[in-house]
Amino acid sequence: MFRYILRRLLQMVLAFFGTTLIVYALTFAGQGDPIQALAGERPVTPAQRAYLTEKYHLDATGVGGFFYRYFDYVKNLLQGNLGESLTGRNIGDILQQAWPVTVQLALIALAVAIIFGVSAGVIAGIRRASIFDNSTLVLTLLVLGIPTIVLAPLAQYFLGVKWQLFPPTAGSDPTFYALLLPGIVLGSLSLATALRLTRASVAENLRADYVRTARSKGLVKRRIVVVHVLRNSLIPVVTFLGVELGNLMSGAIITEGVFNIPGVGFNLFRGIRTEDGPLVVGIVSVLVVVYLVSNLVVDVLYAVLDPRIRYE
Amino acid sequence: MSDFETVAASENQAARRGPSGEPGTPNQVGAPHKPRSLAGDAWRDLRRNPIFWISLALVVTFTLMALFPGVFTANNPNDCVLSRQHAGPSGGAIFGYDFQGCDTFSRAVYGTRASLVVGALAALGTGIIALVVGMLAGYFGHWVDAVLSRVIDVVLGIPLLLAAIVLLKRVSSDNQWARIGAVVFVLALLGWTTAARVVRSSVITAKEQDYVAAARMLGAGNGRIMWRHILPNSLAPAIVVLTIALGSFIAAEATLSFLGIGLKAPTISWGQDIDTGRIHMREAATPLIVPSAFLALTVLAFIMLGDAIRDAFDPKLR
Repeated sequence: MFRYILRRLLQMVLAFFGTTLIVYALTFAGQGDPIQALAGERPVTPAQRAYLTEKYHLDATGVGGFFYRYFDYVKNLLQGNLGESLTGRNIGDILQQAWPVTVQLALIALAVAIIFGVSAGVIAGIRRASIFDNSTLVLTLLVLGIPTIVLAPLAQYFLGVKWQLFPPTAGSDPTFYALLLPGIVLGSLSLATALRLTRASVAENLRADYVRTARSKGLVKRRIVVVHVLRNSLIPVVTFLGVELGNLMSGAIITEGVFNIPGVGFNLFRGIRTEDGPLVVGIVSVLVVVYLVSNLVVDVLYAVLDPRIRYE
Repeated sequence: MSDFETVAASENQAARRGPSGEPGTPNQVGAPHKPRSLAGDAWRDLRRNPIFWISLALVVTFTLMALFPGVFTANNPNDCVLSRQHAGPSGGAIFGYDFQGCDTFSRAVYGTRASLVVGALAALGTGIIALVVGMLAGYFGHWVDAVLSRVIDVVLGIPLLLAAIVLLKRVSSDNQWARIGAVVFVLALLGWTTAARVVRSSVITAKEQDYVAAARMLGAGNGRIMWRHILPNSLAPAIVVLTIALGSFIAAEATLSFLGIGLKAPTISWGQDIDTGRIHMREAATPLIVPSAFLALTVLAFIMLGDAIRDAFDPKLR
């Protein structure tokens, strides 16, 4: 167990350097003018050029120079120093303000997925091929098939603007109620996936030998389902939901952009729109780290939850 | 986007772990004259599945729309006059006009081409990478498999949208073919992993079959065995996965265009039109709803088609 966690940590360190190297190489290095790449389509004045050359040690050339600058970037990233956006704001400050909102939104989405997805999945798994099962399957297929860029604006239009059930946008200091609709939109994908996973897993476990044993011992169906089947079925679901929390925090670009929620994804959305290179790179770097860490946590959690799987 | 693949993978895995030890995915398309082959069974199932027929009809319609947009609408999508901004339905424009005064319906119809081209090319690229990687990993096993499987793990661990943002920000060209090429390249580069795993597992099953041993005894080399014997028998599951992937690629392209880093102005794309429609939704909703409906229906059609075929070919899920 300990060795597994250690190995997994080492893997993550490798993945961290790999992905940051890719992000860095793609954004700043390679062909073309790195300063222009940084600034996007905006013109760069000679003063800015001299400042940036000095700041990023662009006078060092060749492979050595590249790695010199790369380690500069990693060092700054690890110290939490993400630099400044083109508008002059500290990216660390921007993120600090944005995180609580994003986490709140992700938790609402996750709660929606757990409450509706898992319970409906259990029912569908127990009553396979019933009307409930078939209709949830079709419904989840619909949800999985409709992209967020369709779902979010349409939900905003119909529920927010036309029927006015929810506030259409969240604004600078969002309340729980304002985050509810975006949370449901964001969580609907996870809901559908969680439902299908739970259903497949419950249906599979219901056919297992230990269920037959439990049934022949004379246990009532309720006890078999709750105590025996559920405990074994929820392992993949918990793993999925863990990965999903990381995804939700990094994947809310569209939802936050559409509903005007001042979270991390919204800032990334705005950074892309305004061609703010440093802001995009800073946020993407942090999000990649969040993603890697959440994957690690889930893998370790998986090892703790499921003793059947050996990790040596 | 990738959620559907998560589900598909988990359901495949669940099926593979089943007690009878059968492979979760079909690996052979039986001889056509045998009445109850796997393919025959699957076809019998499919024929009675309304979802299959609905999605097939949609796929055919959208393909025709991409090939001959002029048949579906008489108006030119680039004929925009600001004086009829957000004007109601009239003449040939059955859904009225958008913010720039272009025919909403006509733009949606002409947008089909870019979406399907990107989706199909990305699926093709994905298929080639997946076949090569999956075939090598599955056929040679040992260290080749170990190395390639780790590569798959690493690529699978990269968040698609974030990586696509970083990659596409590098492409500064506004030439429409360059942008289409770039989006296809990025999607293929990041999206081949699920298909590669499917190919790998079906190659592993196929290479243990008697006909492979027979071919080897007849003196066939590795290349011939892979190309002539294993490939045709492991193609079916890959094609099913690629049909689903095609739907996700179309959604991904629209998302990137929506963000403003995918396809750009001279190319008509649903993602961009949804973005413009979204901004002006309070004045007029149809410019938002029409491209949204087209996009959702296309993505759904491919995903449902792939899902229906997969279910039909998968005996464990019956």
